[in-house]
Amino acid sequence: MTAANSEAVLPAKGIEAPRSGRIDPKYLRSNPSSGSFEMVAWVFMRVSGAALVVLIFVHLFTNLLVGEGIHQIDFAFVAGKWANPVWQFWDLTMLWLAMLHGTNGMRTIINDYAEKDSTRLWLKSILYLATTVIIILGTLVIFTFEPCLVDDAGNLMDYAPAFCENIAN
Amino acid sequence: MWSWVGHRITGVGIFFFLLVHVLDTSLVRVSPEAYDAVIGAYKHPIMIMGEIGLVGAIVFHAFNGLRIILVDFWKQGTRYHRQMLWAVMALWFVTMVAFSIRHLMLFFDGWEGF
Ligand code: HEM
Ligand code: HEM
Repeated sequence: MTAANSEAVLPAKGIEAPRSGRIDPKYLRSNPSSGSFEMVAWVFMRVSGAALVVLIFVHLFTNLLVGEGIHQIDFAFVAGKWANPVWQFWDLTMLWLAMLHGTNGMRTIINDYAEKDSTRLWLKSILYLATTVIIILGTLVIFTFEPCLVDDAGNLMDYAPAFCENIAN
Repeated sequence: MWSWVGHRITGVGIFFFLLVHVLDTSLVRVSPEAYDAVIGAYKHPIMIMGEIGLVGAIVFHAFNGLRIILVDFWKQGTRYHRQMLWAVMALWFVTMVAFSIRHLMLFFDGWEGF
């Protein structure tokens, strides 16, 4: 674009954009920095939601609808799944996305209903603390899990899954 | 409006379930006995009904969430949002009938009584 018609694109001198400078900042609806965080959060809720449909539906399908369903779930079942890095990664992604999505949703709800500043601060502090603890705990559990437990004499425990026979001695 | 209330209530419910669920899964690091004992509770008839309720909440939140995403990103989304709400209800119903039948059948197959 040339300088020739710059007058046409620029706002006429003397007319300011709505809610700019003249208005006392304390009456503005939001400041620009928190605005961009909310935008990222809004997009994240939609992207993570779409991913969670697949992650959670497959989780429920493999754990409840195939094999013996709910009766198959025990220590050996978890050991069998987490022996496979695909399921480790699956559960890790599901854990992080579901917790961050859920926490952000809870943050919105706290903002909607808790009217006192101090109540909001308290509720959000508890929320973020709980989220941090659960994400760290869940992540550690996936990666420090030991499926092939042995007794004091070095023999495999009864509930060890079948594949342990090949590794243990 | 009510779909918004439903989305909110199911979201909160799933969130609290997930907190407990990560804690119960973490028992695999305590001992196999501890894990099996607590997971055993999920096999009680009352919990079976609870699981159907939980899955009902997830399936509603998931389908309605996809509808929200379509309303926001698809050009025709706002025009068809009512029809999509009907589709959410219909899909929810079909999914839940299928899930409940399968879940109950598997439950009775392996049930050893009280
Ligand atoms: C009644 C329904 C459910 C049952 C029986 C169930 C069962 C299990 C089992 C046996 C595991 C161990 C690992 C594995 O199998 O992958 C697990 C882990 C996990 N489940 Fe579920 N689940 C259920 C519903 C859900 C739902 C609705 C969510 C999401 C909101 C979820 C999220 C997770 C996560 C994040 C982990 C990994 C936990 C960790 O990192 O310690 N589960 N679940
Ligand atoms: C199954 C896939 C899921 C989809 C498609 C989905 C989708 C969505 C969408 C689109 C929103 C609206 C966000 C907004 O208005 O900006 C939302 C809100 C929310 N979601 Fe999910 N979500 C899913 C799973 C979950 C899970 C696993 C949890 C809990 C851990 C959860 C908890 C929430 C909460 C608490 C809200 C806030 C509700 C409100 O503000 O009224 N969602 N979800």
